Amino acid sequence: MKATVYVTIKENVLDPQGNAVQGSLQTLGFDEVAKVRIGKYMELTLDTTDRAVAEERVKAMCEKLLANTVIEDYRFELEG
Amino acid sequence: MAQQAPAKEPTVQQIAEQKIYKQFGVSDSEFELICGFLGRQPNYTEIGVFSVMWSEHCAYKNSKPLLRRFPTSGPRVLMGPGEGAGIVDIGDKQAVVFKIESHNHPSAVEPYQGAATGVGGIIRDIFSMGSRPIALLNSLRFGKLESDRVKYLFEHVVSGIAGYGNCIGIPTVAGEVMFDEAYEGNPLVNAMCVGLIDHDKIQRGVAKGVGNPVFYVGPATGRDGIHGATFASEDLTAESEAKRSAVQVGDPFMEKLVMEATLELIDSGIVLGIQDMGAAGLTCSSAEMASKAGNGMELYLDEVPQREEGMTAYEMMLSESQERMLFVTEPHHEAQAKAIFERWGLHCAKVGKVTDDGRLRLFHQGEEVADMPVKALVDDCPVYDKPSKVPDYYLKNGSIDTNRYEQVIDLTDALKKVLGSPSLASKEWVYSQYDYQVRTSTAVVPGSDAAVVAIRGTRKALAMTTDCNGRYVYLDPEVGGRIAVAEAARNIVCSGGEPLAITDNLNFGSPEKPEVFWQMEKSVDGMAEACRFLDTPVIGGNVSLYNENAKGAIYPTPVVGMVGLITDIDHITTQEFKAEGDVIYLLGETKAEIGGSEFQYAVHGLTEGRPPVIDLAVEKALHGAVLGAIRQGLVASAHDLSEGGLAAAVAEATFGRGLGAEVDFATHLRPDLALFSESQSRILLSVKPEHAGALEAWLAEQGVPAQKLGVVGGEELVIAVNGHTAIQAPVNEFRTEWKEAIPCRMQ
Amino acid sequence: MKFAVIVFPGSNCDLDMYNAVVDTVGEQVDYVWHTATDLSGYDAILVPGGFSYGDYLRCGAIAQLAPVMNEVRKAAAEGKFVLGVCNGFQVLTEAGLLPGALIRNNSLKFRCHPVGLRVENANTAFTRDYEQGEVVTIPIAHGEGNYYCDEETLAGLKANGQIVFTYDGANPNGSVAGIAGISNEAGNVVGMMPHPERAVSELLGSADGAKMFTSVLNAWRERNGAASTR
Repeated sequence: MKATVYVTIKENVLDPQGNAVQGSLQTLGFDEVAKVRIGKYMELTLDTTDRAVAEERVKAMCEKLLANTVIEDYRFELEG
Repeated sequence: MAQQAPAKEPTVQQIAEQKIYKQFGVSDSEFELICGFLGRQPNYTEIGVFSVMWSEHCAYKNSKPLLRRFPTSGPRVLMGPGEGAGIVDIGDKQAVVFKIESHNHPSAVEPYQGAATGVGGIIRDIFSMGSRPIALLNSLRFGKLESDRVKYLFEHVVSGIAGYGNCIGIPTVAGEVMFDEAYEGNPLVNAMCVGLIDHDKIQRGVAKGVGNPVFYVGPATGRDGIHGATFASEDLTAESEAKRSAVQVGDPFMEKLVMEATLELIDSGIVLGIQDMGAAGLTCSSAEMASKAGNGMELYLDEVPQREEGMTAYEMMLSESQERMLFVTEPHHEAQAKAIFERWGLHCAKVGKVTDDGRLRLFHQGEEVADMPVKALVDDCPVYDKPSKVPDYYLKNGSIDTNRYEQVIDLTDALKKVLGSPSLASKEWVYSQYDYQVRTSTAVVPGSDAAVVAIRGTRKALAMTTDCNGRYVYLDPEVGGRIAVAEAARNIVCSGGEPLAITDNLNFGSPEKPEVFWQMEKSVDGMAEACRFLDTPVIGGNVSLYNENAKGAIYPTPVVGMVGLITDIDHITTQEFKAEGDVIYLLGETKAEIGGSEFQYAVHGLTEGRPPVIDLAVEKALHGAVLGAIRQGLVASAHDLSEGGLAAAVAEATFGRGLGAEVDFATHLRPDLALFSESQSRILLSVKPEHAGALEAWLAEQGVPAQKLGVVGGEELVIAVNGHTAIQAPVNEFRTEWKEAIPCRMQ
Repeated sequence: MKFAVIVFPGSNCDLDMYNAVVDTVGEQVDYVWHTATDLSGYDAILVPGGFSYGDYLRCGAIAQLAPVMNEVRKAAAEGKFVLGVCNGFQVLTEAGLLPGALIRNNSLKFRCHPVGLRVENANTAFTRDYEQGEVVTIPIAHGEGNYYCDEETLAGLKANGQIVFTYDGANPNGSVAGIAGISNEAGNVVGMMPHPERAVSELLGSADGAKMFTSVLNAWRERNGAASTR
């Protein structure tokens, strides 16, 4: 089974990298860009077929390591 | 002998008939030689191995005759060129290890990784000698800091250097950055590392002891950087961009682990020989280690840790995956070695054996896939004496009188222009991105003439600098070469050190061009002469050729990396004025020498004529006098006069503490030429008033011409010529120009 | 008094921290490997700077899972003195021993230079030898030192006197309320981005960091009733 994890900086936390990219996009003429948020994308290959177990385990992984919930939100998808 | 190449690889016949070797930079005559050494035609793996071993980067085939002209020995030299890095004695059974290396072409294509892996490579050269790296330096050249591309390259090269050095925890303490159209499209990224070692810990890259196992340590091998060494030996063209796969990716965290584990391994005393896998990876390290021991080596490629599936022998041998080392130990030490690496979370794999047949033999998937004489690989690459021709531009420049420029009247404005020129401006934007203090030994931080790193547990310190003015070398390679060495030494002396030795990075255009080869020849002659005169032998270095852009070769830029010994930390001296009322002196003679100067470039927009002349005897006497004065405790500040001449030097000395100065320069020269001339062998000193008499007497005794210029004080910088004020403004105004020049352009 | 300097793979200010203890207070100090499972013999735990585990994923995220961190948590709960500097601060926030988090500098660049630090709380074990409100010079060297916490946490930090240092003058990284260092509620755990261990001698440009070490020695002596000889 494959888990795809997305970690993003919380809405209310400053994202200096996102701001910088937004500025650069506007400099390039992409004026329609109102906001950029930068996050992380992770692919996990899991040695399991039990979806419920995988759901629970990946959530634990996110809470314990993959995201810092003080500043980051996460979500994930399971496939296969 | 297995002659069955995998389907995608050309066969032996195809290589010969379709001249596939030419893609690797092997000429017809070299191919003939290779066939002679093998007694048959090479297969794909073999021609790959030969091509990297016989590339300029590994074999110095175009530069060797020139490198022989350098003095490489001296009473303090413990190890000269030939090993990973040179070693110089600094007393108390301690020694300093250092080397400089270029990563120009990779940085032009992928600046962050190119620069980062350049730093990683030079660090491995230092710790593979058994030495603890204590400092990093660099020397960078870019095009004019105006286009987006140049800014992009500059920004990412700097962050690549920072990213690697900061993470691994070695302070980046000094460097130089210059900007000039000549480097447009072909930036120079030279990185230098300095290490400390006890005499009894010195290692060599030798495969000692027939039958001993050969171990591989570090991350697994991937397909990155294949043919990096060949890449470094070709012109940069539009195709280079497409060769992005040839750029390796660095992992400083991995290197930190490999470094700590390697130093622990060496400390345990069980290593017989060790070498890093740098350019040409497994090929170069195995062949060189076998060669230095007069032995052979067998490698079992199935045992090589692999990151990607289905790698061929050719790919494994030519990969330049980073952070890898090769070492030899005795069979009964295998478990101990493995335990050390495991503690650091690393695996080491037994990948080969030392043999007595003088051959490098490779085995893969049960077959022998290559069998080559080690000597042919390492020593028998043909060496070329390239034709040399005096360039037309050099002849033309001989008749240009740079003193005939219309006199510049507003010298306050001229000084601001010079200080605001990115080459001369404050590099704080650069070095504040480098961790220059980790290891808590950096006594003089970036921004002075030379950085100083104290040696814990002793009164000693090391002064270090990198230097080269490519404009001087372009205008007159021989004189420019002399000046590069002399100025580096002057920087060391100004910080209170005695110059010990140099490492050099010869950055030039294509040696196929006789005019470029002439530049190489002449500048090496100039450097060699200065090295002999100043007792600073060349203990190692690197050659980077084919640095060209659409307009031709870069300025010839033989960068000098120099290290000096400060015998007592009380002698550490910096360039900034220290106290109100201190007396300012100019040592040395000023002539009207504007050719190749920053003033000529920033104010007149030109680089022409002849560079300043240099008399090495005068230079040496100056060094002795200033070092003597420092050691007697007479000197408050010392600053070498270089780009921007006297005016820039006085201004820079006021910036450190914001202390102004009032000086009056007595001269027979026109004021603009007098204040901005870049005459060599000059140093600006400031001393406490009570030491002025003693200093004057000492300098007179040493036969060094000195002029009392004025005193430190106030908030203004006032420079008069023959009693007439020529430059006047608050220190802060000049400092702002100088400090903001680069940040403004990088916003 | 006995100090432990924790060493993770990728720590690189461990040496500096060790030397600073030797040079400032001359007390016993050991390097303690990340796999250690017993810190009972130590009175103060120093978590040094560097790039533990390459700072991969997030600074300090992987280090906080090392076996030794359970012992550090235990030591902190027992009231032992714990100091995290730079990457050590990041590790302590990731480990939940200190509130908030450290994110990328607002300049997006690594910054290395001396800064002015205002001592906001001179009552912690690590700052008692400073004057309240004193401004000292200590260098920073970090790419992710931008302290973040939500408003509620910030109000709590202020109310409890947990803000130990703030930047004096320009804020070098965008930290909330100019925060350079904080403590836990009990005051025995302190984390800070600037490097006091790099400011322990004039040869290095400043000796203002030395009082961090003398402070904790004096705190320990007071706690243990030993005569304060310094």
